[in-house]
Amino acid sequence: MRRIPSRTSRQRRTARGIGLAVMTLVLAGCSGEQTMLEPKGPFAQDPDTLFKYVLIVAAVVFVFVQGLIIFTSWRFRRKDGDTDIPEQVHGNTVLEIIWTVVPLAILVAIAIPTVRQVIALAEEPDGAMVVEVIGHRWWWEYRYPDSGIITANELVIPVGTPIRLEMRAEESGAPDRGVLHSFWVPALAGKQDVIPGRVSTLNMQADVPGRFLGQCAEYCGLSHANMRNRAVALEPDDFDAWVAAQQQPSEVAATFAQLSPEELEAGVIPEGVPEDVGRGYYVYNQSNCVACHAQMTTAPVASAEDFQARQGPNLTHLLSRKEFAGAIFDLYERADPDDPNADFTDEVNVDLLTAWVNNAPSLKAMRPENGVGMPSFEQGATENTTGAIQGGLAPEDLDNLVAYLLTME
Amino acid sequence: MSAAVEETSMGIDNRKLGMWVFLGSEFMFFGAFITAYLLYLNTTAGGPDGEIFDIVYTSISSFVLLMSSLTMVLAHNAHVHGDMRRMRLWILATALQGLVFVGGQAYEFTKFVNEGLVPTGSPFASAFFVLTGFHGVHVTVGVILLLGLWSYSHTGKVKSDQPLKTEIIGLYWHFVDIIWVIIFVVVYLIPWG
Amino acid sequence: MATTTAPPQTKSRSLLSRPTALDGFKGYLATTDHKKIGIMYFWSVLVFFFFGGVASWVIRAQLAVAENTLVNEEIYNQAFTLHGLTMIFLVVMPLGAAFFNYLIPLQIGARDVAFPRLNAFSFWTFLFGGLFLYSSLFFQAVPNGGWFGYAPLSTQIPGNNMAFYAVGLQIVGIASLSAAVNFITTILNMRAPGMEFMRMPVFIWMSLITNFLLLFALPIIAAALFMLNGDVVFGTQFFQPATGGDPILWQHLFWLFGHPEVYIMILPAMGIVSEVMPTFSRKPLFGYTAMVFAGVAIGFIGFGVWAHHMFTSAVGPIGRVAFGMTTMFIAVPTGIKIFNWVFTMWGGKVRFTPAMLFSVGFVSMFTIGGLSGVTHAIVPHDAQQTDTYWVVAHFHYVLFGGALFGLVSGIYYWFPKVTGKLLDETLGKWHFWTWLIGFNLTFGPMHMSGLLGQPRRTAVLPAELGPDVVLYNRLSTAGVAVLTISALIFLSNLITSLRSGEASGDDPWDARTLEWMTPSPTPYVNFHEIPTVTARDEFWERKYAEAEDGVVRPVPAGASQDHGDPAPVGDTATVEGTGNANAVPDDIAVTEDVALAKVTSDDHGGNPDAAGDAEHHIHMPDPSYWPLISCVGFIPLGYGLAFASPTLIALGALWLLIGMFGWILEPVAEGDDDYDPDVVHA
Repeated sequence: MRRIPSRTSRQRRTARGIGLAVMTLVLAGCSGEQTMLEPKGPFAQDPDTLFKYVLIVAAVVFVFVQGLIIFTSWRFRRKDGDTDIPEQVHGNTVLEIIWTVVPLAILVAIAIPTVRQVIALAEEPDGAMVVEVIGHRWWWEYRYPDSGIITANELVIPVGTPIRLEMRAEESGAPDRGVLHSFWVPALAGKQDVIPGRVSTLNMQADVPGRFLGQCAEYCGLSHANMRNRAVALEPDDFDAWVAAQQQPSEVAATFAQLSPEELEAGVIPEGVPEDVGRGYYVYNQSNCVACHAQMTTAPVASAEDFQARQGPNLTHLLSRKEFAGAIFDLYERADPDDPNADFTDEVNVDLLTAWVNNAPSLKAMRPENGVGMPSFEQGATENTTGAIQGGLAPEDLDNLVAYLLTME
Repeated sequence: MSAAVEETSMGIDNRKLGMWVFLGSEFMFFGAFITAYLLYLNTTAGGPDGEIFDIVYTSISSFVLLMSSLTMVLAHNAHVHGDMRRMRLWILATALQGLVFVGGQAYEFTKFVNEGLVPTGSPFASAFFVLTGFHGVHVTVGVILLLGLWSYSHTGKVKSDQPLKTEIIGLYWHFVDIIWVIIFVVVYLIPWG
Repeated sequence: MATTTAPPQTKSRSLLSRPTALDGFKGYLATTDHKKIGIMYFWSVLVFFFFGGVASWVIRAQLAVAENTLVNEEIYNQAFTLHGLTMIFLVVMPLGAAFFNYLIPLQIGARDVAFPRLNAFSFWTFLFGGLFLYSSLFFQAVPNGGWFGYAPLSTQIPGNNMAFYAVGLQIVGIASLSAAVNFITTILNMRAPGMEFMRMPVFIWMSLITNFLLLFALPIIAAALFMLNGDVVFGTQFFQPATGGDPILWQHLFWLFGHPEVYIMILPAMGIVSEVMPTFSRKPLFGYTAMVFAGVAIGFIGFGVWAHHMFTSAVGPIGRVAFGMTTMFIAVPTGIKIFNWVFTMWGGKVRFTPAMLFSVGFVSMFTIGGLSGVTHAIVPHDAQQTDTYWVVAHFHYVLFGGALFGLVSGIYYWFPKVTGKLLDETLGKWHFWTWLIGFNLTFGPMHMSGLLGQPRRTAVLPAELGPDVVLYNRLSTAGVAVLTISALIFLSNLITSLRSGEASGDDPWDARTLEWMTPSPTPYVNFHEIPTVTARDEFWERKYAEAEDGVVRPVPAGASQDHGDPAPVGDTATVEGTGNANAVPDDIAVTEDVALAKVTSDDHGGNPDAAGDAEHHIHMPDPSYWPLISCVGFIPLGYGLAFASPTLIALGALWLLIGMFGWILEPVAEGDDDYDPDVVHA
């Protein structure tokens, strides 16, 4: 997560002593927010168990071999003035058979459970909930075919239910375009590449509620580093509530949807909608926002076709997500601004959101001129970007637009 | 250097061994392109598919290329017997047949492009042109080698007691032919669709 | 003894006459001497290593601070791509080639490689390929798609960046391929009398396997690069999903080359260590046969593990199981080698020179890389490890802790043979310990940051990964600082020792193999007389004999077992000039380079001519400018392919064709050409 203007202000000050550093080295990473060592579900747990078992075997071999090297080096070092020639030993068949067979036996012992697990992990678990995952440059989109939900960056799942991810790469709504990505939430599952023109699958399950960090793990070009993702595991009741909320249209958009075409043509702002929000609605729909960012205007279910050709995330429930822009920026302020993993407050980071809408490429490396990423709408800075408005957004339009975005709860 | 040392360890001339080693590598090179072609046999993106091939036409040019292996053998045989006149004749015949093949391929390519099969059209088309095109480049290099051999046999650069040079170029030529047999089977005889 | 000299003769010059300069700058441009070519490889590698190091500094400086903005994403992506390409294709591989060049003829008892001009061609092609790749800097088109250049990203990046990648690697690959043909032929065909396969030094065995791997792996990447080049520049559709192209095809082709490539980089180092360890332990290599067959096994299995790079890609469960198995079992031959090295030291009298320290360091560090490698074969967990710093740590332990430690060991070991001078031992030990510490400080913490979830190839270290990950990254950056200091120590050692190093004598280490029978620095002809080989450690066997009581003693002077050559044996403990069975008087050793006459034989592929007193003349390959001239054709050809210019492509192809004819027409004898008896080095 970053905030403008200075990314560095965010890092935690690591004023730790050398002793502690050494200890953390030895203690094998007890604290890491994206660690693969603390699985939170069965599809991460089983490989982890196997890995740690192999790690112990490897540690024993490590100590034995390094010990042997050090002992041999010390024991058989040549002393000054020693000109004797040692016995010219050419080999020892018994020994050589031993160090062929013993490692082989160890490897077979590792191989058997490995094979079992590979087969087991590939199968679709019973009663799995399917979520479609789509890798874009440089953000993740999630579609819930059963409930018609389309969202971004934060994959929301119920605790205790196996999830079957069906994943593909897409660009500008073309299902057979795009580049490779890799979906990864280490606490819940290993990674799986997302490949244009193919559908790949991954199983995951969270046994405890929580917010788990992830990140695109296959190099996908310029902003690969800025393509992060989250998995948010909710208790079943909370999940159901989330689903119900996501299935609602955006309130303001739904109000506008009841206006007649003539009224919309005339720029009418319906009763009860604040002036700036209403003006923001027209900016959103008459400028180029809507070309990329679809919005759900009718309940209860979004039609995937509506969203097919859109390049950007669905903004209908933007404020239900805690982070934005590939989950690199906090949409809500954190309780402790210096801790990048602190809890979120209810306060929206309006300045950051405004800066993003104004000039996104200045905050995250993108190539809008090649049709990849969000263009700048800053006044006077829009010549070379496709999709940007001629001359850019006037300051009051920008403020109205943000006011409208802030209604998308 | 003594005579005993001049003998090679394997009892085979360096250049001949080197050519064998190199040809081993060439098999992998064409293998990769053939793999790509087989993978994309039906990936035509709506463009022309293998129906466009004129099997009779290509069979004839393939036959010419195969016959050139025969003349290559005859050339080597003549060289072994020191008959440089016939060796030149057969070398020229081999080169000529190679040229006929390359010319036929150039005509075929032009025809395909006019009919809509272009290298940028589909993975199938890309794989076809690159696979057969690289083979054509190999035949062309072979023709240049043969013509070089032919002209040097006049200048004394290739002498009548040096059949090895003909043999090595022959090795390359036969390889190019064998590869074509494989390509012909893969491209023109394997059913598509 | 073949020390007879012939009076220099003058030769008539013509347009196509052969250059005769053997020394000076022109001598290097035209050289076909495997030793000079090896030395040129070495210095080129040092220069490229510097640039690869600069790129690694960009990476480490950026990651030293979380959420850093020191360089932007574009620069960072270029830096890690260039770092990988440089270190693999322009440092480790050509450094291996430097050793192949210098040592293969010497260790098998030959005077040069099978095709000396082709050898020069390989070097110049490599150099031009490297320079071509780096010329992308001037076009602001440095490759930025990773060294693995995964399609379709690599075909979609705007600009010519990945065209430089495709063409640059293609040129470097041509260099390696032609060198592989050359070295394989040399090893198979030019061994000294009596050097049977199972008497070849292990370095020669590993070289042979490496070059076979190159021979079969490079054409695959060549084909793939042509396809990528087509997609990037000419609009072909090989990897374009939009028309049904399959990005996974690139992955298969790339790793079919890419995994053997790993063994291409490590096997030469294993060969070097297998030479260094016996020498400094004063014992023969433990389990020679097992070592050889383990190497062969690694070569074979190396072609059957490629898909383990694709466990999280499009490989089904059956494939995952199969490639997981092969990946595990390739650890067996590797393990055999490690134990054989340790038991080479066991019972020996181990002398820890810098060369030996680096070899022991190799065994130790490579073991760590091997163990983390086994964890990748746990397929389910590989899905967690892959593309994290755990993998970065692993392959640096294999390629840096392994390959580079071994190659540096070789530099210390053979430096006296090449220069006649010793590298300073104190500086060498400083170099080793700082290298070892810096290396572990850099790459050890990466294991941890990887397990804690830091992915590879990310331009930003996210603060959200936690303070421990940030700390580990900072340690890594500190490690690079130590490594930089260490490299400077090494460089100063090289330079000062070259200028004023202690004279080494011919056999400073009391070594075991043929190259140490020659004077140091190696004379132009290598061997004044080609030795007849009767044993595996031929040179050692000439120096020492086992008495009936089982005690090994030096062979008394003049009692050499090999056709009565004088074999002066002095103090056996690491003395100078010991047992040079082929020693020649100093004055001849120094001056014979330029005063050798030629044998009058004709077809040099091995059909000896019954020329009268042939054994009194030594035939060496003549210098030639044609390899260099031909290679120039790669410049227009390369830019033509990168910028879609048919004119440049045609120009380059024509140039290469002309170069080829000039090459063939060039007068004078050598291994693969006609012979002109009038010409002699002047």
